[in-house]
Amino acid sequence: MNWAAISAIYVTEMHRFFRTLAQSFISPVISTSLYFVVFGAAIGSRIQEVEGVSYGAFIVPGLVMLSVITQAISNASFGIYFPKFLGTTYELLSAPLSFLEIVLGYVGAAATKALFIGVVILATASLFVDLQIQHPVAMVAFLVLTCVSFALMGFIIGIWAGNFEQLQLVPLLIITPLIFLGGSFYSISMLPPIWQTITLFNPVVYLISGFRWAFFGLADVPIGMSLVAIAGFTALCLAAIWWIFRSGWRIRS
Amino acid sequence: MAAIVDIRDLRKTYDGGFEALKGVNLSIEEGEIIALLGPNGAGKTTLISTICGITNVGTGSITVGGFDAVRDYRQARNLIGLVPQEINLEPFTKVIDTVRFSRGLFGKPRDEAYVEKVLRQLSLWDKRNARAMELSGGMKRRVLIAKALVHEPRILFLDEPTAGVDVELRKDMWDIVSELQAQGVTIILTTHYIEEAEAIADRVGVINKGELLLVEDKATLMARLGQKHLQIELQERIEAIPEALNPHGLELATDGQSLHYSYDTRGERTGITQLLNDIAAAGLVLRDIRTQESSLEEIFVSLVREDAA
Repeated sequence: MNWAAISAIYVTEMHRFFRTLAQSFISPVISTSLYFVVFGAAIGSRIQEVEGVSYGAFIVPGLVMLSVITQAISNASFGIYFPKFLGTTYELLSAPLSFLEIVLGYVGAAATKALFIGVVILATASLFVDLQIQHPVAMVAFLVLTCVSFALMGFIIGIWAGNFEQLQLVPLLIITPLIFLGGSFYSISMLPPIWQTITLFNPVVYLISGFRWAFFGLADVPIGMSLVAIAGFTALCLAAIWWIFRSGWRIRS
Repeated sequence: MAAIVDIRDLRKTYDGGFEALKGVNLSIEEGEIIALLGPNGAGKTTLISTICGITNVGTGSITVGGFDAVRDYRQARNLIGLVPQEINLEPFTKVIDTVRFSRGLFGKPRDEAYVEKVLRQLSLWDKRNARAMELSGGMKRRVLIAKALVHEPRILFLDEPTAGVDVELRKDMWDIVSELQAQGVTIILTTHYIEEAEAIADRVGVINKGELLLVEDKATLMARLGQKHLQIELQERIEAIPEALNPHGLELATDGQSLHYSYDTRGERTGITQLLNDIAAAGLVLRDIRTQESSLEEIFVSLVREDAA
């Protein structure tokens, strides 16, 4: 293992993050506060409780997931797309690096950034609502796995993207709708039966449900299924990345 | 000397079906400077990219320092530094940071003294805290060289190091290359400037349409393929070449005072003795004779033409 290389990539990527620390820090705080004002205060005054949890607290896991997923994807996709755009990938390809090391560096950094933002949002949320975490270990595990798996996905998007528009395309057209329709702001039991069934095809449902279970002990789908879903998604992303490097798709002619 | 890079029957066809390399064989000796000369699109960059791991190997084999470039890619790539043709640098990164990053990628521990040494050698030390976007084109190219050298490679690939570079900077680049050779670094450079190959290379490989047409010692190449020209200045003007001299294929200059004779140094006989005898017999009096070797450029043009024919 070329640990020095992994750390070189990781440190360089984190450096970019810290260079814009204020932005990285302030924007999630502001957007979380906005969500609390709109959803928590405005809608929360109509919906008192969801399955025994105050609506303000109920949306926290979904809010964290929303930001963490978006951040993990955008950081990872940009992280690898930028060198591609600049033409500096020659350096990665000509260095004594395996695909695993490149992925560990870039995905590790993107996941760390997303994790950082997730923690900031949780801290902000705890200022608005009384948060209790029933299963802290599971909560951390879900959070970390989500950061990693969606950073992997972002990495794939970054390799696939041929321009900046495409870089935004998948997050805007697929990811954001999946998150919003994945029960971030509601319990899927609130939906009509037919939509409940359709919703089960949305992988994000399993993530948010599992994450919410870690907080309140209540879930839309069994916790085991959530775990299987996220593990399966991570494995799928890893397999795709392994294939990409094996074939040199879009990076090595 | 042992071959530090050994390429056997290397072929590469791109996805579009374009055959960029058609069975290249090349042995590069440790410590030499070899110039790969060829027109645009000849396959020079593909060859370098394949050795360095940027392009997948089609068929054939490449060993670097005895290590297979595909199977033992880590050991092979450790020996190689690559300076790409395009100036690609992250615009916001400081010179010293990007150089440190390159060292890290090759798995070398931090060594500030060595980083400083490389930056000083390339006259970049004063610019170490400048961001890449603040540098001139020539300075950026130096940064690329620093990045390629900072992991202490034994082989340096320079892909068109002086493309679009002004004359002064080109001389600078040549000095850097000579200095590196003095330190024992093997240098492979591609160029389409013949004068560059002529000025700094020990050996020259001519590549065209994916084929390595020849690899020769620069001096041998010039001697072997060199057309030489003999210019004969006459004491007095003549209107036409005397008939007795017709078999020699002479050309008469427009001023009527000099004759021009081309001969091949490869030939067993150059025909010079016979020519001079015949000139004397024709009653012409000589004032001066000069010979001139053809430049690498002329050799190159004739090779590429032969290849096209």
